[in-house]
Amino acid sequence: MKIKHTFAVAAIVLAAPVLAETVSPAAVVFDEYGEVAQSLTGVAGNPERGVEVMTNRGLGNCIACHMVTDLQDHPFHGEVGPSLDGVATRWSPEQLRGIMVNAKNTFPDSIMPAFYHVGPYIRPGDAFTGKAADGELPPLLSAQDIEDVIAYLMTLDTYYD
Amino acid sequence: MTKRTLFAGLLATGGVLVAGLAQAQDIINDELVINGDLNIVTQAPAADHLDYMSVVRSGWTFRSTETQAMQMDDFDNPGMLGVESAMSDFTTAMGADGESCASCHDGPESLSNVRATYPQWDEEHGEVQTVEMQVNECITERMGAEPWGYNSTEMINMSGLISWAGRGEIVDIAIDGPAQETWQMGKDLYYTRTGQLELSCANCHEDNYDNYIRADHLSMGMLTGFPTYRLKDARLVSVHSRFRGCIRDTRAETYAVGSPEFVALELYVMSRGNGLSVEGPAVRN
Repeated sequence: MKIKHTFAVAAIVLAAPVLAETVSPAAVVFDEYGEVAQSLTGVAGNPERGVEVMTNRGLGNCIACHMVTDLQDHPFHGEVGPSLDGVATRWSPEQLRGIMVNAKNTFPDSIMPAFYHVGPYIRPGDAFTGKAADGELPPLLSAQDIEDVIAYLMTLDTYYD
Repeated sequence: MTKRTLFAGLLATGGVLVAGLAQAQDIINDELVINGDLNIVTQAPAADHLDYMSVVRSGWTFRSTETQAMQMDDFDNPGMLGVESAMSDFTTAMGADGESCASCHDGPESLSNVRATYPQWDEEHGEVQTVEMQVNECITERMGAEPWGYNSTEMINMSGLISWAGRGEIVDIAIDGPAQETWQMGKDLYYTRTGQLELSCANCHEDNYDNYIRADHLSMGMLTGFPTYRLKDARLVSVHSRFRGCIRDTRAETYAVGSPEFVALELYVMSRGNGLSVEGPAVRN
């Protein structure tokens, strides 16, 4: 696992000059299992910034549904989704990227919203106003937000009793 | 009395407390007795039309003991202020001919079967009517007065009075016959994943009731306690306002209060509570 992780990071670093441009939501390539191999930005994720994305209600708010022992300083973790403790030992960055971009490619009936996706949606609204969206909606998170969360999740290699 | 009932409820269900953590259907506190003598059914076998539920539970069973206690005594229930206001409106002449609700209805008690059976098919108008639509039919057609706003304070209060008059009645919504088409429309809406978050009613209230989503303890989304005094809003809230809030929270364009879509959704969701007691005005957080 450790070796694979190192290799993945090395690959991103090597590829960075080529992949400097951000992959648009519509251009993301999934494999048959819903994985996304290519970094969305070519820029290595920042795990500290990933914590901000995961805990901020205006960003990912991941802990609304997922319990993370490492983030217990932030109150009120949900239980709609699985705990993310030890997540780095059971998922690869490519799998996590695929799940975050659009979990329904991995788990067809998942309740999890697609965080790097632009529809089509049924009755898309303008954020939390209840009014109709004005044109195509931007994705819920930016490409770098996703990479930052992946970087943080890959540090979660511990299970707690 | 209140405390003893709470305690008795804990004792009676104490055996399943541990199992309850794993089995979401077991409830911690299921004894709702209002004013010491009005027994409310807060758990019942699910109606036959519910494919994925075996038991249905009142929203009261999902709330904290403090919030639960507020509903156990009318003097502690802030929703009763709206009921009292509507009690006064009930005898107030509204139309040119000096008629009031009381001109036709002996008293609110004579309407005790209304909340448990609405929305229902109205033969004369050829549509499914909610309590609010029926009230406005009386105001405009019987009294010749101007209709109340669907979501106006006086309408919500009157809806509260009608719920109060029907407290304890077992919800029995007809879903067949002429109402069937509207009911099916409501069911389709219930399972439609709307908005940028792509969430249906079922995602939270059927698949995830009893789970926490951040600080919110998800209920089964029953309507038996509506209109409901919501502590976060500090007022009585109508069914359609609550629908609008939920759909807004999926980052969707909502339907309008009083729209055919919300009438259909109300018919369907109310029918999911068949077997439970009417308990409005309830108290929720």
